[in-house]
Amino acid sequence: MAPPGRSPFGRRLRVLAFMAPWIVGFTAFFAYPLLATGYFSFTSYDLLGEPAWVGLRNYAYLFAGDPVVRIAAANTVWLVVVLTVLRVVFALGVASVIARLRRGVGLVRTLCYLPALAPPVAATLAFVFLFNPGTGPVNGFLRVLGVDGPLWFNDPAWAKPALTLLTLWGCGELMIILLAALLDVPAELHEAAALDGAGAWRRFRHITIPSIAPVLLFGVVNSVIFSLQYFTQAVVAGAVASGQAEVVGSSKVLGFPDNSTLTFPAWLYQQGFHYYNMGYASAMAVLLFAFSLGFTIWLIRRMRIGVEEAA
Amino acid sequence: MRTSATIGAGMAAVALLAASCTAGTTSQAPQPAPAPGEQVAITVASQFTDRELEILNRVLDGFRAEHPGVTIESRGNQDDDKITQAIRGGNPPDVAISAETVNLGQFCSSGAWQDLGPYLARDRVDLEQIPRAVRDYTQYQGKRCAMPLLADVYGLYYNAGLFARAGVTAPPRTTSELTELAKRLTEWNPDGSIKVAGFLPVLGSQANHPWNWAPQWGARWTDGQGRSTLGSDPAWQEMFRWQKELVDFYGWDRLVQFTAGLGQQYSADNAFQRGRIAMAIDGEYRTGFIEHQAPGLDYGTAPFPVSDARPELYGTGLTTGTIVGVPRGADEAGAAWELVKYLTTDTGALVELANGLNNVPTTRAALHDPRLERSPQYQTFLDMFDSQALVPSPASANGSAYMKTTEDFGVKWQSGQVADLGAALRDLDAQIDAAKSLGGR
Repeated sequence: MAPPGRSPFGRRLRVLAFMAPWIVGFTAFFAYPLLATGYFSFTSYDLLGEPAWVGLRNYAYLFAGDPVVRIAAANTVWLVVVLTVLRVVFALGVASVIARLRRGVGLVRTLCYLPALAPPVAATLAFVFLFNPGTGPVNGFLRVLGVDGPLWFNDPAWAKPALTLLTLWGCGELMIILLAALLDVPAELHEAAALDGAGAWRRFRHITIPSIAPVLLFGVVNSVIFSLQYFTQAVVAGAVASGQAEVVGSSKVLGFPDNSTLTFPAWLYQQGFHYYNMGYASAMAVLLFAFSLGFTIWLIRRMRIGVEEAA
Repeated sequence: MRTSATIGAGMAAVALLAASCTAGTTSQAPQPAPAPGEQVAITVASQFTDRELEILNRVLDGFRAEHPGVTIESRGNQDDDKITQAIRGGNPPDVAISAETVNLGQFCSSGAWQDLGPYLARDRVDLEQIPRAVRDYTQYQGKRCAMPLLADVYGLYYNAGLFARAGVTAPPRTTSELTELAKRLTEWNPDGSIKVAGFLPVLGSQANHPWNWAPQWGARWTDGQGRSTLGSDPAWQEMFRWQKELVDFYGWDRLVQFTAGLGQQYSADNAFQRGRIAMAIDGEYRTGFIEHQAPGLDYGTAPFPVSDARPELYGTGLTTGTIVGVPRGADEAGAAWELVKYLTTDTGALVELANGLNNVPTTRAALHDPRLERSPQYQTFLDMFDSQALVPSPASANGSAYMKTTEDFGVKWQSGQVADLGAALRDLDAQIDAAKSLGGR
């Protein structure tokens, strides 16, 4: 007979005890909200009264009735594509430059990381004022160069590019992670390839990229999820640029200008907490979750295949 | 099979649990007021902060003096989201103050705010002392679940200095007069951009919103059944066409450039306060902002002009305001009602609040009280309020959703993206009604 605690049952108990904090957290903050959201998505629920079962009505409205959700989804897809590509390329570019520096590395690294520490609301406020078409220094500087600057956050065509600039400015975290990966690439591989006559681009393509592929994959997935959840900067920028600054309460300028900054999560929040359509908001959340999960799985598979082929 | 049964049972359990996660039931019978000497503690949640919260707290001191047994905890910075979450979590404040009258429809229809009808009947409160429009926006489908705590009234602000320079002696009374004056008062920069706008016709900018303009054309939001009437009420078309004429006068691109460079609506950089707009629609609270932020500004106020086809409407304007009620599940509903009654019917309390917050007091007695501070500009709004010609925006079960839908449309219309106004407004009706039906109430 095995001594107490060494029996299979005792071992399982010990493992479960160690896992208990995670199990409790997972159940309370992920599994239960997920299942509850799934249930609410089939109900008419205003947060205050009893939910009433309405079947697929919320989903029907989501796919065929709500003209604004299509705009919000298109904005989010735009951000996912553009932000993911630019964020990874920009962070990798900055990290590559820093990795080659010989002097003042610490200072440059710190300066590049600092913007990531700015709270999103403060950073957005600063950007909207910097990019104010009439009084902001950015357009003032462009005028000195003889260029008529765009209206940035006040123009539907430029609002999302302006948000992109804001996000790139604050992507120091990804830059630091990629820098660490770049510094781990074995130098002797580069030296051997250089001796064989490989140029800088070929070395980057065939040595650097495969070496940092897992970190790049993380960067891409992280950027996709970040873009799918894009909320604070879009809401604050729209409200401040409109001149209303009504971020709290039942903001009616959400998405200013012309719904160009209205993201899927922002519309979801508005529906759930300001229009009291929590059932509909839950249907939107289920769709967002399913899309995020499906897209991430597809992305990981595709990138793994790509990495294996490159190797 | 076993797995799917387990998942099914789990889902059912979660559904039951989720369904049960709502606050308690509404008590219909009025709770008695605290007996003399009885110790009662109540909480008051409001969106006020800083100076405004101090003013509210001063007024609450007046209630404490009359009810020494009642202890009040005043919590500021509590917007409707937070109050709703507290009600939902079963831990509501005893008294809730909201600045969003459009959310009243939801508060009433869901029972989140208690019906005050039984209290009003028991204490024989005379609601006739409150103007009809204000009574309207504090009830929903015949259920009174809020009382008014000061009101906002919207009218015309005009820059008297710019008027004098242009030889204008009186504010416009009709929208065509407004258009003509706006063109006269507009000043241009040498490069063709706008230096001073006679009137800024951009919806979504400053206080220019469809709901602020609609009363001037007599435009109605809904019919008797609560269905949207933007497509069927010709006043809406008239309003949008009037706006487009002014937009075309300025040029859309120039207007976008101009509005992008204006200061924030509630900052010292406000465009009217800086003399960049000669005429503007705004609430009575602007007089307070001007007093503190632009004391040298030479300005006047008047009712906002009305449609040429409806001159009899002159003197009308939008009214909205702060509302106060007793949430479902309040621990001390009886004492809470006493406080609500004090805040909304006691003349001294209303005058003190109105003087401090620069809003219009909501009873006739307070309106005519000599202690009410009044400048000539502020008097305009008091007179409008007294005239009973005001119009509220309707409360809706899905809050301000219809307002955003209409403003989104206005933005498309003014930038020239709408070809057939009538068809687009009818489509708007369908959108608003479809969105309302999501809630199913």
